[in-house]
Amino acid sequence: MEAVRFENTKFSYRDDGKDPAVNGVSLAIEEGEFVAVLGRNGSGKSTLAKLVNALLVPSSGKVFVCGMDTSDEKLAFEIRKSAGMVFQNPDNQTVASIVEDDVAFGPENIGLPREEIGRRIEFALDAVGMQAFRHSAPARLSGGQKQRIAIAGVLAILPKIMILDESTAMLDPKGRREVMEVIKKLNRERGMTVILITHFMDEALQADRAIVMHRGEAVMDGAPEEIFARSDELEMYNLTLPRAAYVCKKLQDAGMPVKNAFTAEELAEAICASLQRG
Amino acid sequence: MLNDVTFGQYYPAKSFVHSMDPRAKIVFVIAYIVAVFLAGNFFGLAAVTLFLVIIVAASRVPFGRVLRSVKMILFLIIFTAILNLFFYSSDVDHLIWQWGIIAISWEAIINMVFLAMRLFLLVMGTSVLTLTTTPVALTDGIESLLKPLKYIKFPVHELALIMSIALRFIPTLTDETNRIISAQKARGADFETGGLIRRAKAMIPVLVPLLVSAFRRAEDLGDAMDARCYSGAKGRTKYKKLTFTWRDLVGLLLFAALIAGVVLLNMYFGGKFAVFDWIAGNFFVG
Amino acid sequence: MRIVAKGLTYTYNPKSPFASQALKGVDLTIEEGEFFGIIGHTGSGKSTFVQHLNALIKCTGGYLKVGYYDLADKKCDFLELRSKVGMVFQYPEYQLFAETVAKDVEFGLKNFRKDMDEKQRAQAVREALETVGLDYARIKDESPFELSGGQKRRVAIAGVIVTKPEVLILDEPAAGLDPLGKKELMELLHSIHGGWCKTIVIVSHDMDEIAENCTHAAVFSEGKVVLTGTPPEIFAQSETLFSLGLDVPTTARCALLLRERGIEIDTDFTCDDFAEKVLAQWRAAGMPGKTGAGQVAERTTSGTESDINREQAGGDGDAE
Repeated sequence: MEAVRFENTKFSYRDDGKDPAVNGVSLAIEEGEFVAVLGRNGSGKSTLAKLVNALLVPSSGKVFVCGMDTSDEKLAFEIRKSAGMVFQNPDNQTVASIVEDDVAFGPENIGLPREEIGRRIEFALDAVGMQAFRHSAPARLSGGQKQRIAIAGVLAILPKIMILDESTAMLDPKGRREVMEVIKKLNRERGMTVILITHFMDEALQADRAIVMHRGEAVMDGAPEEIFARSDELEMYNLTLPRAAYVCKKLQDAGMPVKNAFTAEELAEAICASLQRG
Repeated sequence: MLNDVTFGQYYPAKSFVHSMDPRAKIVFVIAYIVAVFLAGNFFGLAAVTLFLVIIVAASRVPFGRVLRSVKMILFLIIFTAILNLFFYSSDVDHLIWQWGIIAISWEAIINMVFLAMRLFLLVMGTSVLTLTTTPVALTDGIESLLKPLKYIKFPVHELALIMSIALRFIPTLTDETNRIISAQKARGADFETGGLIRRAKAMIPVLVPLLVSAFRRAEDLGDAMDARCYSGAKGRTKYKKLTFTWRDLVGLLLFAALIAGVVLLNMYFGGKFAVFDWIAGNFFVG
Repeated sequence: MRIVAKGLTYTYNPKSPFASQALKGVDLTIEEGEFFGIIGHTGSGKSTFVQHLNALIKCTGGYLKVGYYDLADKKCDFLELRSKVGMVFQYPEYQLFAETVAKDVEFGLKNFRKDMDEKQRAQAVREALETVGLDYARIKDESPFELSGGQKRRVAIAGVIVTKPEVLILDEPAAGLDPLGKKELMELLHSIHGGWCKTIVIVSHDMDEIAENCTHAAVFSEGKVVLTGTPPEIFAQSETLFSLGLDVPTTARCALLLRERGIEIDTDFTCDDFAEKVLAQWRAAGMPGKTGAGQVAERTTSGTESDINREQAGGDGDAE
């Protein structure tokens, strides 16, 4: 089933509709897909994310989330229940001073009974590996832990889709790894549809599909490996290759017969295979 | 220094007092304050002190920790005490020294000690509340106690949410303030010298970015709350429910006894200057 | 200015239950002219250390000298020191406050250079803004809050370098920028390095960034310096880094994996150098499986890297 569908979606922050941040995007995301959205700052990728859970409504065109039209105000509540969103700044998403109270916020909003909220908290903290911090203060956690709590807060509503709007951008490498592990697990084990907005190329490599945004348009769409193989196009959109892919391309350009590689591991493999040929 | 505001002065421990209902504790603190003001003589204050010692012992908060909360307003206590000492001007029978309108008398001394003790007991008692209750629980308690006001359209839920968010953001904004201060200091800003106006002006490079950032955070938080299906108090449930237990009943009885005791002591011994008669009766007889 | 720290210690909230020792005897020398990288986890003491360098945190234990300023000496002129040691905090755009870009950049000058008149200040502001790659005439009267994220950061950096500090310290200067923004920022730092600011110290989590940009680096862990040296010296100690939970650059990881397979690559761990060293081995092995036919084989032995690329681009239609 389709989780999200954009139909010639346009959005402008200006009243006169000029300078659209999203300019005619049409694409569909299937349930259970892990999609990375790449692009420079200001390419429209965050706007795209906010269109999915009806924080923004398209100026023209449509966005459907699990079949629901986001421009129908009456559906906003249901849409947000289906599509949860985690934001960039780990400090600006928590409402409560205690972890469990914060995770409870979403379930409280949708009016669940007490016992069910308790179960949801348990489930959500378990899914992000933060049970031990249930009674801690978010202010004392690391950035990665705070983002895991934010993910738990969204998970507790049991959405079908999870949108992460540059949620790893402000984290250190350890925090980024923690968050990526959690996201991948949710996608693999629970079939969660994941839309990951990022400008880290190595994160995009872990997705099933990558979409490149440029000036409000979705200009590339395909498997990450396929997209990174089109390095000239990427350069046109001001994106840089992951370092391993860059080295690999240099080798290939010099005539060395190495297979396409995107990670250090793949690169070592490729170089080894090539050197030991002789 | 301000980094621990999330927990306020909260002192984590498992005790009788900690596990009381926050609503009950708020009501009890009010009762305690009433008792302190009702106490008309030193015997009453002694009874309150004894009561406080028992409560502190039951809370398992180290006594020094409770005393520390007094330290912060020690200046205030001393200041009022001194004013009272020199400017006490009611009926004075036992004058010690006088110079113009400034006079010291035994009455003034007793009045000063009485007032200082009262203030001291007030601060000690209320800090037992904040030491044994998290700000979150306090907010919940206040929200619950104010619930009747809902019927006169008072936005109780919104108020409680605002309080809880404010509490939650204090550490974040404190960190941010420190960071901005450091950043401007690195650019040569001087917050320590000059007169009041100069210093106030020096704060502009700190306050403006802080305000901008607070707005940015508020916007982010608004989005995050929307995304988590927040739509006001309607249809909302609460995860944490406050329930009265036997402890609160015990507390209720204790506080009733305290107030009754203080009133009885007042009737039996009279006002605070009764201490003169008492001393005279006990030590100067015959 | 040379930076020398010996046995530097620091404790937050001393004599309180919250006391925590952030620095436990730091020994580190940063020579003038270096592009120095400081690596370490959050809480390793690296931020505490760099804030010592311009006395934002007062030196309370041990020895610390920046140039001839003795920071352990209470009589040290800290204001003068701060004008010589610039500090760019993480996300510096959040410190902007004035109504125009020019006024914001001027802030440091007004504080440090009371000898300058308005004209001189305007000139200095212009130079600083142009150095960070902004169009002075177009941007000077704009509100700093109306700029794009990347521009804001540049304005903030201009506001620090405007006093021409000899040492420039930057805490995670590229955090939150997209890859191209990061690259441009690093290029900006290199353009300042050596001339405008003699010494540059960056704090970074990104090992690739350190490997590609720094001349020297130090690894902090639990309040101490555990490794120091050039990036190749540091990244050769991969086991130590892994044991501290730190990463190595992509190229170092790749070189390690190759070593396991019996291929030694002696590289400085920048991407270009790594590729070159791999190609050298490949050529030494007789270029097995050379693509695009053997017509350039003769030239590659004597030609340079770029020659090969050019040849390749010409001969192979879909390569470029």
